[in-house]
Amino acid sequence: MANEYCTPLDITQIERNFAEINPAMSVPEALQEASRCLYCYDAPCMHSCPTHIDVPGFIKRIASGNVTGAAKLIFDANPIGASCARVCPVEVLCEGACVEKTLVKKPIEIGRLQRFATDHALSGGKQIFEKGESNGKSVAIIGSGPAGLSCASYLARLGYDVTVYEKRAKAGGLDTYGMAEYKMPQTVSLSEVEQVEKLGVKFVLNSEIGEEQAGRLRSGHDAIFLATGLGATNRLGIPGEELDGVVDALAFIEQVKTRDWKSVPLGQNVIVLGAGNTAIDAVTQAKRLGAEKVTLVYRRTEKDAPAYEYEMELARKDGIEFRWRTTPVEILGDGRVAGLRISDSDGTVSDIACDQVIKAIGQTKMSRFYNDVIGIETDEKGRVKVNEKMQTSDAKVFAGGDCVNGGAEAVDASQMGKHAAMGIHEMLTGEKVEFAGAILREPPKAPVDPNPH
Amino acid sequence: MADLTTNFAGIKSPNPFWLASAPPTNMGSMIERAFDAGWGGAVWKTLGEPITNVSSRLAGLDSGPTRLIGLNNIELITDRPLEVNLKEMAECKRKYPNHAVIASLMVESKKEAWQEITKRTQDTGCDGFELNFGCPHGMSERGMGAAMGQVPEYTCMVTEWVKEVAEIPVIVKLTPNVTHIVPPGRAAQNGGADAVSLINTINSVMGVDVDTLVPYPNVNGMAAHGGYCGTAVKPIALNMVSELARDAEFNIPISGIGGINTWRDAVEFMLLGAGNVQVCTAVMHYGYRIVEDMIDGLNTYLDSKGYASVGDIVGKSVNRVTDWGNLDLNYVVKAHVNEDKCVQCNLCYVACDDGAHQSFVFRETDGKRYPYVVEEECVGCNLCYLVCPSPGAITMERRDAGGPTQSWRERTNGQ
Repeated sequence: MANEYCTPLDITQIERNFAEINPAMSVPEALQEASRCLYCYDAPCMHSCPTHIDVPGFIKRIASGNVTGAAKLIFDANPIGASCARVCPVEVLCEGACVEKTLVKKPIEIGRLQRFATDHALSGGKQIFEKGESNGKSVAIIGSGPAGLSCASYLARLGYDVTVYEKRAKAGGLDTYGMAEYKMPQTVSLSEVEQVEKLGVKFVLNSEIGEEQAGRLRSGHDAIFLATGLGATNRLGIPGEELDGVVDALAFIEQVKTRDWKSVPLGQNVIVLGAGNTAIDAVTQAKRLGAEKVTLVYRRTEKDAPAYEYEMELARKDGIEFRWRTTPVEILGDGRVAGLRISDSDGTVSDIACDQVIKAIGQTKMSRFYNDVIGIETDEKGRVKVNEKMQTSDAKVFAGGDCVNGGAEAVDASQMGKHAAMGIHEMLTGEKVEFAGAILREPPKAPVDPNPH
Repeated sequence: MADLTTNFAGIKSPNPFWLASAPPTNMGSMIERAFDAGWGGAVWKTLGEPITNVSSRLAGLDSGPTRLIGLNNIELITDRPLEVNLKEMAECKRKYPNHAVIASLMVESKKEAWQEITKRTQDTGCDGFELNFGCPHGMSERGMGAAMGQVPEYTCMVTEWVKEVAEIPVIVKLTPNVTHIVPPGRAAQNGGADAVSLINTINSVMGVDVDTLVPYPNVNGMAAHGGYCGTAVKPIALNMVSELARDAEFNIPISGIGGINTWRDAVEFMLLGAGNVQVCTAVMHYGYRIVEDMIDGLNTYLDSKGYASVGDIVGKSVNRVTDWGNLDLNYVVKAHVNEDKCVQCNLCYVACDDGAHQSFVFRETDGKRYPYVVEEECVGCNLCYLVCPSPGAITMERRDAGGPTQSWRERTNGQ
C-alpha cells in the first residue's frame, strides 16, 4: 500500500541526517591525532577497555605508518574492533580514561583512530588471522552477535571446527540489527562476520534452536557456547498495547537499518517509552527520519535515566521533548494509536496526542529456553549462571554476552566470548591459553641495582 | 623598552637579528623585504664564481606531525653573476643605510682571487665580510668551504689575505665539521679576523625513502650528503659557541648561528657568548615575519629582567659552563612526584625502569595508582622529569645538606 505512515522527507535529506556522527579520519588527521598520544605505560585507556586493547600500542603503530599492524593488534584483543570503534561508549571507557583528558581536557580520539586502523585492514578484504591447524574438535555457537563472533574467532584460530547458529537472515546480532544507523551501517558488522567466515567458521542462518535441535547440537559437538542475547521487548501491560502503531524500539531500529527509508513506519507525533540508550537511538532516529515531534516519556526522573549523558545530549540536540516522572497508563486509539494516557508524578491523569508509540523498555530474559531447552541454571534475574571461565551449570555448555550480564555493551560481550573460548579450550584439552587482553596484570617490577650508587 | 641596537665587531644594526647567508638572502629584493619585516642585518648568499645547482636540493627531518625540526641542503653558493649581486648590494645598502649588509665570500684558494673579490665587493658600501669556510657540501669537494675551515692553517692564511685588503670588518664563518672548534676559531683570530660566526651546517644524510630505497634528497635516483641545520642542531651550536666563548685565548666577537627559531633561542646564544645571532631555517619554514616576535619577545624579556640593553646579556652564562671535572659531586637532587598534578601516564615509571635506575614503584592514594619515587634508588638523573608531560608533576628536589662542595678534580687531587 502507498504508505502515508512514513517519512515526509526527501531521500537526500534523510541520507544527510543519517551520515555517520563519527566520520572516518583522513590520513593526516589520523597521523596528527596519533602523534598526540603520549604512549602511556600500562595505560589507563587500556585498563578501561573491557577487551583491554593495547591502545597506546595500536596508536603508536598508526603514527609509525604501520596501520595494518595497528589493526591486527586491535582485532587480536577484540574481533569486533571495527564495530566497537563506532558504537562503544568511548566517553565512559577508553577516552574517558585518557590522560590527555586530564591534562588538556581533550582526550585522544581513540574510537576514531581505531576505526581508521580497522577500516584500513577490512577495506582490502584481506584475511587478518589464520585458521589454526584442525584439532578435530567441534563447537556449536548459538547466536552470532558480538559474544558469538568473538568466541568463534578465537576458537577457529585455535583449530576448532566451529558452527554458528543464527535465527536471523544475517549474522552479527545487535551489531548488524540494533545499532543506530548514524553510528554504524550494517556493512561494518558484516565485514567482521566475513573475517570470521574466512577463519573457516560455518554460519547456519535462519536457524532458531528448539528442543530437538538443541539435542542434536549436544551430541554433534564437543561444546556449546550460548550467545543468545536477550529475548523479546518487555510488555507494558497496559491497555492498547496491541494497537496498530505500537512498535518495539529494536524492530523500529532494525527497519531503519534497511536504509529503505520510505518503508519504515513512522508517525508524525512519536512517543518513545523508556530512557535507556535504546530509547535514545529510537528518538534520534525517529526525528532524523522526519517525525515532526518526538517525545521521550519516562516514569522516573532525568537523573535516573539509564542512558549515557552524551546520548542524552545527542537527543537534546536533535530537539527531542522529554516528559520525566510520567507513567503511561493506556495507549489510546481505535485500531490505530491516537494518543497516550499518562499519569504524572502527583497522580494527575491526562492524555497526550501521538500517532506512534515506540517501546524501549528493555528486553525479556529467555530463562525458559535456558532452563528447559538447554537445561542450565539461571539466576534470580533470569541470567545464565556462569563461573569465571564462562562455564554454565552444564560443563559442556558455556555462555556469554547479554544472556549472562543482562544487557551491556558489545565490547563486554566480545570479552566474554574471548574468555569462553579460553574456557572451552581448557575444558576440552586441559591446556590453558590466554588471548590478548584477556587479563591485565600489574606490570612486573624491574629488579633494582644490587650495588649502591 | 630595552635598547636592541648592536655593534657587532664594529658593524651596527638596529637589532641583533641577522639573516644568515642562505636562500633567504639570495638577492637584493629579498633582503629589502626582510629589512622591511624587521631584520637588523643580512649576510648575502655567498658570492663567488656562479655555480650550477641540482634539483631537488632540500630534505627535512620531521618529528611526528611537526615538520622540519631539521633541514638539509645541497644547494651551493650563488648561481647569479657577481656583477648583478654587487649592483643589488650597493642599491640595497643605499636604501637601508642603518641596516647591516654583509657580503659572504667564497672563491678558490688563491690570494689574488680572494683579494680581488674582496676589493670589488667592498665598493658596494657593504658593512662587512663573512668568509665562508664552512659550506660542507659540493664546494668542499672543490677545495672550498669546509675544506678551508677544517684546516686551521688555511683558515688563518685566507683570513690574512682578505684582511690585507679589507677596509671593513671581516667575520670568519666556521664549520662544525671538526673534532674541536677552538683551533679553527683561534686560527681565524690569528689571521686577523674581527669576529667569527658559527655554526655552518653539519654533514648529514637526511634519510632513505624506504619504498624507492633512494636517500633524500633524490637527484635522479642518487643522493649526496648535505648541510644539516634547523632546530635539531641548536645544542651542537650552543656547545661550540660556548667552547669558544670560554676559551682564554679567544677574544673576538661571536655571531651565533644554528637552530634559532625564537627570541628565547637567541637569548640562549647570547647568554653563552654570542654578540648577535643569524637565522635561516626558521625563515625558510615560516618567512621573514618570524622576526616580529623575536624582537617583541626579546624586548619583553629584557624589560622583565631589568636589562637596559641587549648587550648586557652577552656572555652572562659563559662562566656557568665548565668541565665535568669541576662539577660538585656533593650536590644531590631526587625526583618527587606531585600526585595532584600527576595524570598517571606512567611514562616516568617505564623510563626509569628501562632507561635509568629502577627507582619507581606504584603507590595507591585515594584509590588511584600513582608512580612513586624510592629516594634511596633515585640518582637524580632528571629522566622522569624530562619525560613527564604534566608541568609540575615531577620536581627535582635538593636533598644534600648544603655542606661543602667537592668536584672530581678536587677529590682526585686530594688523594
